[in-house]
Amino acid sequence: MDFTLDEEQTALRGAVRALLKGYDAEQRRSVVAEDPGFDEGMWKKLAEMGLLGLPFSEEDGGMGAGPVEVSIVAEEIGRMVAPEPFVEAIVLAGGLVAACGTAEQRAEILGAVASGASLPAFAYAEPHARWNVAAGGVTASQDGDSWTLTGVKEPVLNGARADVLIVSARTDAGIGLFVVDPSTVERTGYDTIDGGRAARIAFDKTAAAPLGEAGVDATEALATVIAAAQIAYSHEALGAMDVALTMTTAYLTTRKQFGVTLNRFQALTFRAADMYTSLELTRSIVTWATMVLQDNPRSADAVEAAARAKLQVSKAGRHIGKEAIQLHGGIGMTDEYAVGHYTARLTAIDHLLGDGREQIAHLSKTLGDHDVVEPLP
Amino acid sequence: MKLHLTEEESAFREEMRTFFTTQIPQEIRDTVAAGRHVGKDGIVETMRIMNKAGLAVPNWPVEWGGRDWTPLQRHIWHEEMQLASVPIPLAFNASMVGPVIANFGSQEVKEKFLPPTANLDIWWCQGFSEPDAGSDLASLRTTAVRDGDDWIVNGQKTWTTLGQFADWIFCLVRTDPEAEKKQAGISFLLFPMDSPGVTLRPIKLIDGGYEVNEVFFEDVRVPGENLVGEVNKGWNYAKFLLGNERVGVAPVGSTKRNLATAKDIARSTGQLDDPLIAAHIVELENELLALELTALRVVANSADGKPHPASSVLKLKGTELQQAVSELIVDLGGPLSLASGATDESDVPEWARLATPTYLNLRKASIYGGSNEIQRQIIAGTILGL
Repeated sequence: MDFTLDEEQTALRGAVRALLKGYDAEQRRSVVAEDPGFDEGMWKKLAEMGLLGLPFSEEDGGMGAGPVEVSIVAEEIGRMVAPEPFVEAIVLAGGLVAACGTAEQRAEILGAVASGASLPAFAYAEPHARWNVAAGGVTASQDGDSWTLTGVKEPVLNGARADVLIVSARTDAGIGLFVVDPSTVERTGYDTIDGGRAARIAFDKTAAAPLGEAGVDATEALATVIAAAQIAYSHEALGAMDVALTMTTAYLTTRKQFGVTLNRFQALTFRAADMYTSLELTRSIVTWATMVLQDNPRSADAVEAAARAKLQVSKAGRHIGKEAIQLHGGIGMTDEYAVGHYTARLTAIDHLLGDGREQIAHLSKTLGDHDVVEPLP
Repeated sequence: MKLHLTEEESAFREEMRTFFTTQIPQEIRDTVAAGRHVGKDGIVETMRIMNKAGLAVPNWPVEWGGRDWTPLQRHIWHEEMQLASVPIPLAFNASMVGPVIANFGSQEVKEKFLPPTANLDIWWCQGFSEPDAGSDLASLRTTAVRDGDDWIVNGQKTWTTLGQFADWIFCLVRTDPEAEKKQAGISFLLFPMDSPGVTLRPIKLIDGGYEVNEVFFEDVRVPGENLVGEVNKGWNYAKFLLGNERVGVAPVGSTKRNLATAKDIARSTGQLDDPLIAAHIVELENELLALELTALRVVANSADGKPHPASSVLKLKGTELQQAVSELIVDLGGPLSLASGATDESDVPEWARLATPTYLNLRKASIYGGSNEIQRQIIAGTILGL
């Protein structure tokens, strides 16, 4: 049993950290002020480092790396609240293509994604469906070999900027995944609360190509790719929480009121101690989930581990995010100061792919199946 | 990164599991599982069985019965014991005074005390807290004054857990009232509880039981050879002891077992179908998982044997969850949780009769072993630099 990174992984972390170093609050503010809400130049650099193809197999044009490497990149992105959509585009949208696409689709789509030439987006959310990917607000119709989609997806992260859309839709077989050319749909883009971008996408008998074999129910594949994305998001959140706490303790030791620095007030330091407790518990469970995923990708164990990580991230993200602002006081409320952006991103991640309550509901279904939760296989 | 235990570690876990589930009398384990008090005899019998197998004091130096285990092996030993409802070796002996004597005692003191301490032939109690020295332990006022080769002890200790069973006490006493820092004038003394001048008075607790005592000392004569280590260095030994106490104090295994029991109760009473109860149990299971994984992280990364800084997290969160599970069982009992005095004649099941006394008793967990506020102080000061 080992919870530490090996030498190569540590080097990867160092390289990603060095690359993202420029993202101070000011740089980030100017990047998110303009569409597409992230730095295209930085996206290219991520591609050049091989990070955009990290989880894809080498034959698909990727690096063939595992969940640990993915988690390192996600965590570094979280540490800087960098707006580049690594988890959304690579782990989730790209992950679906890798899991479900035909060899041809994988080569065509993933090669371009890995090189940074094409940005994929997964259109799954629907206005009244919460996190139910099988809600069926978008339906697929088959006519011979051709398929069309009708309905609305919203909010679709990076939907307006995306070069290729992966869309979930209701089919006779259950839930199907489709590839759609974004130039054929009506896209209305807007800002999200964490500095990102999303869109309303309307499909009206839009031509679509089944991802992988046509007419196959994708429910299970979706669940496992979503689990991988939940775990990657959990790492992004962990990085954000870590830095939010560091910023808070730094502030407490420098900001003076009543003639002394704030760390002289136990009412404040005790709350920072509780933030640390939340952070360390989160680090443990999130790291564990990554190892479960590494050992058993595409398994029910990984899906459960992801739910467990996401539940803890939901609780700790709210706790640390809110306290980070409160312990800073008024400055934490400002757009100019970084800490509030960490809280905004933590709030967004909490509400992507199921919040804490959603995970509780999911885990409740299997509560009676075990006496105790065993962390070790 | 890897999650698996090595083959050797898995074999070790199996060995511990087999030992604890086959070598400790079923009656004792049933008593622990049901949440009843084991009593002195059960604790002594268990510790002697473990000592005979070399499993009572693995944290001690090898020459005194310790095992050269990795931190992970020690963790597995501790967890499997709790999961099997085995009473853990008496903490005052195994994790408090034993390691202090083994590390700081003279050869003579080691030879005299360590074997009977490991075998629970001597039952130790702890003379640390005083009425005016709780979390601020260094303010203690019990004095020891030189008289020839002996020490004469006067003063009072309190919260002396299971002092009523104790043969000996290890006691922090003030030997230099003039020391510039109050920590610098303290020594670590050992003496029998039946020494003339020692009086024990039980303190009844809110759960109706007696487990702590006040101990009064009036001109108690203690031979000089019973002072551990050096005069006025007792505070160092106490800090060493408290550091060890904190590591073992996160009761992951027993809380896991209690939560499984709570789930059984919820199932058999139809309450597991209540979504609010189910949600609460899911949350507790998840927090407990995070705690256990943190404990594993700490043992996997503490090769040098020093307490990991995150130990304070373990104590803080571990006791909170221990308390939360006991609270859940009270809630599952509903009105039955009032019936603590009911007997087997009653229709109230035993778990419900024990639920509230246990819940009230466990309020102590966030107070002892360095109160949870002290743990927050340690996290804020030592880890966060505040």
